[in-house]
Amino acid sequence: MLWTFNQDIKRNKVHESSGNFACGQHCLKIRDISVKADEEFIIDKINLHIHCGKLTVIIGRNGAGKTTLIKAILGEVKHSGRIEFTDLKSNAVEDLKIGYVPQNFHIEKNTPVSVYDLFAGYISRTPVFLKKSKKLYDFIKERLSIFDAQDLIDKRACDLSGGELQRVLLAIAITPMPNLLLLDEPVSGIDKNGMELFYNNIQKIKENFDLAIIMVSHDFEFVKKYADHVVLLDKTILKEGTFEEVSGCEDFLKVFGRVE
Amino acid sequence: MNTIYNLLETILPFSWIEYNFMKNALLAVVIITPLFGILGTMIVNNRMAFFSDALGHSALTGIALGAIMGIADTNFSMTAYAIIFAVLLNYIKNKKTLSTDTLISVFSSFSMALGLVILSRGGNFSKYSSLLLGDILSINPMEIRLLCIILIVTLIYWFVGFNKLHSVAINTSLAKSKKININLVEASFCILIAVIVMLSIKWVGILIINALLTLPAAAGRNIASNMREYHLFSLLISVFSGITGLILSFYLGTATGPTVVIIAALIFFITLIIGTVKSK
Repeated sequence: MLWTFNQDIKRNKVHESSGNFACGQHCLKIRDISVKADEEFIIDKINLHIHCGKLTVIIGRNGAGKTTLIKAILGEVKHSGRIEFTDLKSNAVEDLKIGYVPQNFHIEKNTPVSVYDLFAGYISRTPVFLKKSKKLYDFIKERLSIFDAQDLIDKRACDLSGGELQRVLLAIAITPMPNLLLLDEPVSGIDKNGMELFYNNIQKIKENFDLAIIMVSHDFEFVKKYADHVVLLDKTILKEGTFEEVSGCEDFLKVFGRVE
Repeated sequence: MNTIYNLLETILPFSWIEYNFMKNALLAVVIITPLFGILGTMIVNNRMAFFSDALGHSALTGIALGAIMGIADTNFSMTAYAIIFAVLLNYIKNKKTLSTDTLISVFSSFSMALGLVILSRGGNFSKYSSLLLGDILSINPMEIRLLCIILIVTLIYWFVGFNKLHSVAINTSLAKSKKININLVEASFCILIAVIVMLSIKWVGILIINALLTLPAAAGRNIASNMREYHLFSLLISVFSGITGLILSFYLGTATGPTVVIIAALIFFITLIIGTVKSK
């Protein structure tokens, strides 16, 4: 019953032993992604080119289709267009594995689900209502420790603070190691210190693991500091480039004003 | 069956166990209550209490349709109708055009009214009124075997699919990113509930089946801090209230189902107090 979990450990080892850094040789092409609702396009022909080891941040006004784009990449909403994932070393098209941190992750008060239960539910086949497996428990603790969240393992998930939950969700999102990490406004409801810590963690993922990151964010102070590539979205891509390039363009100024 | 009867008489030296109907009822309780206790955990976590309630009410319609179409075994028409009802409800729920509780109450009242209208034609409803309260004392060995099969099927489902069901209950988007087939998980769980509700409704009763499904889990939830405790408490509370309720109803001469519900509800209030005190 533990086979999926054992396989995960192996897979992670392969990933991590192939150099503890992004190889820059994986390339993800998002081609002509469109989503329609009631005959109207929510997003229209989005093309993005993403490499591993890079943080791409999507910005845009409310209702610009940021979450829809994330959900289209995730496969949760119907869309036209393709997502291609290739390994440039071998030129082989590979299966894209996605890690995801949702925008609103709410666990109802009093839900009897510990962080261990939450985590184990995704990576193990052994039902979580049975006795805890020591091996799995240690593995989860180790994954949580990447974000300094190992002490939360026995707490109820509904009792965690916004920042704590965020760190747990990040650990879940990168177990097993994905090729693409999708973060949809992951810092809503977290204070400034928490945000600093969060972006540090993202930086850590970027530097230590072989994956690409797409994030929806509004915190320009952090976007400026950490983003490798910024995409201004409003149904289509209005402008992309470095933060300085995007924040200087007319469309950006119209919505957000001048950002220092 | 006789070996089981003899065994029961040996290990339980009480006067009520001498009656065969009490032996049958006890066996049925020992099968149904763990089943409901386990199933209830995810009905409560998934906020599906309304859904299982609607399913219970749809039993009347299933019987009515069976009667009209001349199907002799109403178990069959009831279960078939409930499965269609459950899948349809689940499908419309996912369309997200109306809020789920409004939708479910519209569906269940329509379905129940339809059943009542058909069954009461010509003033014959009294024939079916036993369904409302259920009568566990009338269960026969053949039907106990059927319940036993359902318990086994549920346990298999629980061992194979529980983690997926649990992940979907927590957050569908996150589950989707982990490549879990959400529609399959939700639909299969709905069908499982439909089948179990239909095949046990004769013994438990339309009016109280939902209380038995949700009360033990709700009580367990008050004091549990993880999935293992949750299942254990829900199971124990369910079995305990089932057996105590059966024995009490025998001595008090009351209907069994409601007696069980009262005990489960009392336990719920006790756990609520314990839970509140503990969290302070």
